Amino acid sequence: MIKFIIKGILRDRSKSIIPICVISLGVFITVFMTGFVKGVLSEMLTTNANLDTGHVKVMTKPYYENKDQIPIDLALLELSSITQDLVSKFPDISWVPRIKFGGILDVPDASGETIIQGPGLGLGINLFDTSKGEIERLSLKKSLISGSIPKEPNEILLSHDFSKKLNIKPGREVTFFGSTMEGSMVFETFIMSGTIRFGNPVLDRSTFIIDFTMAQKILDMGDGTGELLGYFKTNFYEDSKALKAEYAFNETYKKSEDEFAPLMVSLRNQNDLGTTIDLVGSFGSIFVSIFVIAMSMVLWNTGLIGGLRRYQEFGIRLAIGESKNHVYFLLLLESFIIGLIGSFIGTFFGILSCYYMQETGIDIQDALSNSAVIFPTVLKAKVTNDLFLIGFIPGLLAMFFGSSLAGRGIFKRSTARLFKELEV
Amino acid sequence: MNREIINLKNLSKSYNIAGKPFYALKEVNLSFVEGEFTGIVGPSGSGKTTLLNIIGSLDSPSGGEAIVLEKNISSLNHSESARLRNYNIGFIFQVFNLLPVYTVYENVEFALLLQNFSQDERKKLVLQALEWVGLENHKDKKPDKLSGGESQRVAIARAIVKKPKILLADEPTANLDAENAHSILKTMKKINKELGTTFIFSTHDEKVMKYLNRTIILKDGNIEKETKK
Repeated sequence: MIKFIIKGILRDRSKSIIPICVISLGVFITVFMTGFVKGVLSEMLTTNANLDTGHVKVMTKPYYENKDQIPIDLALLELSSITQDLVSKFPDISWVPRIKFGGILDVPDASGETIIQGPGLGLGINLFDTSKGEIERLSLKKSLISGSIPKEPNEILLSHDFSKKLNIKPGREVTFFGSTMEGSMVFETFIMSGTIRFGNPVLDRSTFIIDFTMAQKILDMGDGTGELLGYFKTNFYEDSKALKAEYAFNETYKKSEDEFAPLMVSLRNQNDLGTTIDLVGSFGSIFVSIFVIAMSMVLWNTGLIGGLRRYQEFGIRLAIGESKNHVYFLLLLESFIIGLIGSFIGTFFGILSCYYMQETGIDIQDALSNSAVIFPTVLKAKVTNDLFLIGFIPGLLAMFFGSSLAGRGIFKRSTARLFKELEV
Repeated sequence: MNREIINLKNLSKSYNIAGKPFYALKEVNLSFVEGEFTGIVGPSGSGKTTLLNIIGSLDSPSGGEAIVLEKNISSLNHSESARLRNYNIGFIFQVFNLLPVYTVYENVEFALLLQNFSQDERKKLVLQALEWVGLENHKDKKPDKLSGGESQRVAIARAIVKKPKILLADEPTANLDAENAHSILKTMKKINKELGTTFIFSTHDEKVMKYLNRTIILKDGNIEKETKK
């Protein structure tokens, strides 16, 4: 009997193909949009974490309060012992020091006279200690436009836009003018090894990168650093874990009288990212909820209309001798099978599209050329485990409930009325 | 003497229309014996279809009793009603009511699927029923490829394939031309004679009258006249 009914459903497109298409489309859109919203949020966090905030960041309290001025005179000292302490307390976090500093890059001619100069933002990162993973984290190899990554301590990497502004190419000597941690003047000559494009307007304007140890040396910082960035070893920002670590670390130094005591700040509490995370998260959830509810209503309606359209058929089946319970059971079974097929197709193509968008993304760099915030220039989707269920469950249940509601008419109406319904 | 298989005692059926009861049947007393070929005749709204629906356990009476094959229709639950129809009652409708996505063969077979026949038994019975109505060469066609007369023959085959004791036909010739109507009625008469099936028609078609053994004229829910040949 079930085989017979399924044969009928497959032959009647209005009972099979159309509901399956409606369910597939609804589930597809839900899965894709959810993956996309999550992807953009995740990419935004990753970009901020990699370029600036880390998942958590340790600085001195006064440095944090004046961080916009890049105050290396308020740097964190005794880096080795602090790092050792952090590694033992937070074994699931990797720690990398970075020094941000300001200064002028000067391009001299053969006799040492200035041809051109410009202010820049220096970044001292671990270029030669591969265990720190900074080259990968900042995607330096991928972002390389010309030349190469520095191989020697006296080499410098410039943002491509900055190099164009200074009109120099790899191999050229440039001199850094700045001040040490103690406020003395510093001059250091570097050889430009290459140019990169971060894909972020804030950093692309005038950033230059040198090795961290070299930065420590020329800025006279000893065993110090401006910032110590922590990254979860999973590479994903986990808000609750970061907040717990932040709380636990800061509790230790709460009663310290050292005005330069270290302070840990989670990604959420930097650059107003908490508000952004909450806003994007809330809008994402609201958007997805509205979508899931709307889709459920459409599918519910599909089930309902599908059931109502079949009252005449139910009437004939009842007249032939099928029991009401059996007719109702088969109606639910049909809607379950159709919901299952539609949800499977929708989820499959939704995840496939998310995966494609995760790998390629939409480039919005041109639209962000004057942006002052760190925002991903490529909007990508993200495939997560919950995508397998976010559309599948409503797709499966909505049609089922719609049919179960429509099917109540089988019991409520007298049998004689059923086959008169919609009779032509 | 043939045994009595349907007994209606003071049978009434009322509907509530705009707060007032409307009587489709008013205290009807009738009985039918095995093998009858009876027509319930009357104009639209006289209660013919309501009477057939109650006999077929598709509807329940508001008052009185309807005893069909020793079962009181009022006291049957959904499953018992379904069982009564499944094994003992066949229906033929004015609009054929064939399932459009199934072939002629499948439409007829459908009635047997509820009775746990094996595939071989079903095939034998379906082909036999199609032969009865002269449609054995049309078994793979869909209903939309059939004429009105052919469609009604499929409906007859579907009704007789399970060899019911009672066959209820609601205006079976209303949508057919004269030639097809006579042909269908001859087929029904043949089945009635050879299988002993009790036929009860509702009709107001003059063409049907000459085939009937018994005619019951209904008017406004009451039996106005009854004649037997």
